[in-house]
Amino acid sequence: MHELSITRNIVAIVGEAAAGRPVRRITLEIGKLSGVMADAVRFCFDVVAEGTALQGAILEIREPEGRARCRECAAEFAIATLWAACRCGSRELDRLQGEELLVKTMELEEAA
Amino acid sequence: MCTHCGCGNDTEHVLLDLQTGEHVHADGTRHSHAHDHHADHHYHHDHHHDAPRPAEIVALETRLLAKNEVLADANRAWFAARGILALNLVSAPGAGKTSLLERTVVALGRERALCVIEGDQATALDGERIRKAGAPAVQVNTGAGCHLEADMVRRGLDALQPASGSIVLIENVGNLVCPALFDLGERAKVAVLSVTEGDDKPLKYPHMFRAAELVLISKADLLPYLDIDVARLIANLRAVNPGARVLTISARSGEGLEDWYGWLRETARAAGCDIPSGTPPR
Repeated sequence: MHELSITRNIVAIVGEAAAGRPVRRITLEIGKLSGVMADAVRFCFDVVAEGTALQGAILEIREPEGRARCRECAAEFAIATLWAACRCGSRELDRLQGEELLVKTMELEEAA
Repeated sequence: MCTHCGCGNDTEHVLLDLQTGEHVHADGTRHSHAHDHHADHHYHHDHHHDAPRPAEIVALETRLLAKNEVLADANRAWFAARGILALNLVSAPGAGKTSLLERTVVALGRERALCVIEGDQATALDGERIRKAGAPAVQVNTGAGCHLEADMVRRGLDALQPASGSIVLIENVGNLVCPALFDLGERAKVAVLSVTEGDDKPLKYPHMFRAAELVLISKADLLPYLDIDVARLIANLRAVNPGARVLTISARSGEGLEDWYGWLRETARAAGCDIPSGTPPR
């Protein structure tokens, strides 16, 4: 249910940056291991955007897969969960990718 | 309330100061709206604007939680400037956070100033329990909300006015999912996991258990009646969070509580919060 709060944040961040100009499209990055469900954000988006500069905007969400590097053996590999272990047995991993939670870009209509 | 995204007409959170009984409503930053979820919800972005004008693409690269993070950092700086230790207690509903806090207030209340911010969807029951145990408390009711956010804590602090050198214990809404993502400005998250919840819980809710600095395995007095394997529980926790401190406690029997108080004292010292209590509980 935190996706509702997060979607409100998205609309507030973009609305502020757009300064009243209509927003045509926004691009987000929501990593697969971020703890945020992209589908739930999509679900909330229309309702939250209603009556704002983002109303009717196209929402594009990229969902980077998890990747990590092992601190023991330096191997780099894909991870599907937060409790993944390296093949060498170590669980001391640096997570490289998959936890993104970003508003990347917005596409504005040119001022008339 | 909408069961899909949590919005509804009661989304406004309400803060209740248990000292004065004053209710403070959020200032309209929460919207409410007519709520009909169309079956074609996911598709109605596909329409085209009638007369497409050239577009400008603006790079934002802003973190989705940036607004909460700014407020959380402000809370953290506020705590640091006053030598206040703030902890964010998280767990599933019913793991025993409030019972633990009641014991803690009684045990440490003479030694230093303690106060509590209680988060729940509804009622002031927990805040009342803390107040009866002898510490100032404010109750934040989140309405439909499933977690505390930094601005709610700020408003709680405005109502509580904790003394310099005190400990502020923030009891989050019972929920192992959402509170993991929302920084409140605390020094550490403390996760409480009761032995009745099963040894696989850290794997099922990895975000929360990874975010915790200390994990308290609670209700240890029930262990003789349960099949749970505590060693496996700890191994599962280590898989998610190799560095977490783990203490086994019972707020009922008192087992392990001295270790918890010891951790609190040590963490308070590390936070520069070593001023003995100068403010008697209100």
